[in-house]
Amino acid sequence: MIGVFRAAWIIARKDLVVEARSRELAYTTLFFALSCVLVFSFALVHGAESPGADRATDAAFHSQLAAGILWVSIAFSGTLALGRTFERERQSETLRALLLAPVEHAAVYLGKLVTLLVLMFGVDLVVLPVVGFLFDAPLGAAPGLLLGVIAAGTLGFAAVGTLFAAMLVRAHSRDVLLPILLYPIAIPVILAGVRGTAAIFAAEPDLGSAFLWFSMLVFFDLVFVTLALWTFGPAMGE
Amino acid sequence: MVPALLVIAAILLAGSPFVVDAAPYEASMGIVSKIFYFHVPFAAAMLTSTFVSGIASAIYLIRRKPVADFVALAAAELVTVFGVVVLVSGPLWARKAWGVWWVWDPRLTMTLVMWMIFAAYLILRRFGGPGSEVLSAVVSIFGMAVAPFVYWSVNMWRTMHPQTSVVPTLPSSMAEPLWWCMAAIFSLYAALLLVRVGIERNRAALEAAYIALED
Repeated sequence: MIGVFRAAWIIARKDLVVEARSRELAYTTLFFALSCVLVFSFALVHGAESPGADRATDAAFHSQLAAGILWVSIAFSGTLALGRTFERERQSETLRALLLAPVEHAAVYLGKLVTLLVLMFGVDLVVLPVVGFLFDAPLGAAPGLLLGVIAAGTLGFAAVGTLFAAMLVRAHSRDVLLPILLYPIAIPVILAGVRGTAAIFAAEPDLGSAFLWFSMLVFFDLVFVTLALWTFGPAMGE
Repeated sequence: MVPALLVIAAILLAGSPFVVDAAPYEASMGIVSKIFYFHVPFAAAMLTSTFVSGIASAIYLIRRKPVADFVALAAAELVTVFGVVVLVSGPLWARKAWGVWWVWDPRLTMTLVMWMIFAAYLILRRFGGPGSEVLSAVVSIFGMAVAPFVYWSVNMWRTMHPQTSVVPTLPSSMAEPLWWCMAAIFSLYAALLLVRVGIERNRAALEAAYIALED
């Protein structure tokens, strides 16, 4: 019996090696995230700004829009990645082997979570500059806090998502059930992420409220990782 | 127990229109304010039911007692049923009081999110296949845990709905009908919960009998 963190690291490293060889998840997730940014831009941005338009309202609207589109693409592409990571384990019947391994079940959860986080952070780091470029969002206004909000939000989303994706591996119609279960529960993360990011993107960054949203995300992460660690064992048990 | 609760609920519900009718009109809203006497008890019963389901699910996850699962399922169904009443009666009232059907207020958003989580719970029960009772238990626990976050985050974002603190300050002419309706709705809730748990227990017994017959 090896330590939980060491076992988690071994599982994560295994997944990352598999992923590094095929790069299937990285490419598909990234491309899907960029497609989301484009689709939502076309849906929400109205043509060229007319010269007479109110500049200030436009700027405020744009900072909201950029934050919203960023988080929608993070959530949607994250769902795609979640489904695929466990589909891989299901196809080769390896999840059972993982669960039979003489390690704590929590280690399996943590290992999967680390893999997904590496993947989703990678996507975040590409999508963020793209959103900054397309919407003229001030990425440099408070880079540390911005990265903190995005990292904390991604962690919260992945923490709940990993648990549900793992549980649903053996359920019927899992592809449909994952977003149905995940989105209502992830609403606080999305909301706090969007509000925090919009506060930083605003023409006059409101760092106080951005920090408040960041703290809420951290608190949410703590509660949900704890709950997930506690329920993962019983839920995957038999 | 169940027949007694049903009789109490029936008597109280039969009397409630007269009690509500006797209550004075609220100054600014007129007759629409009477929705209050049903909207608030249903909302309170719905919120109670989310906790009943969440706690029963946690017990089921630890102890694996089937009856805990039956209670969790029955309570989850009642969350969605009572939630429909809350989500229909609320906008009817809001249209008159605020001029719009819906606002993104913490209480409204939380009710909608809880309703969606428990509707997802029922979808999982229905289409998840074997083993979905364990998965849905986890959903129910997360649903219960997510409520304060939704409430707090939307509260920071914007607020409009009257606070719960309004209830103790009501004049007795309005408080008495409210408590009457509370008692009616909660006895109805308890009766429905017990009936549903009984149905589920019978279903499980029947299933076990079938399996025993086949073996």
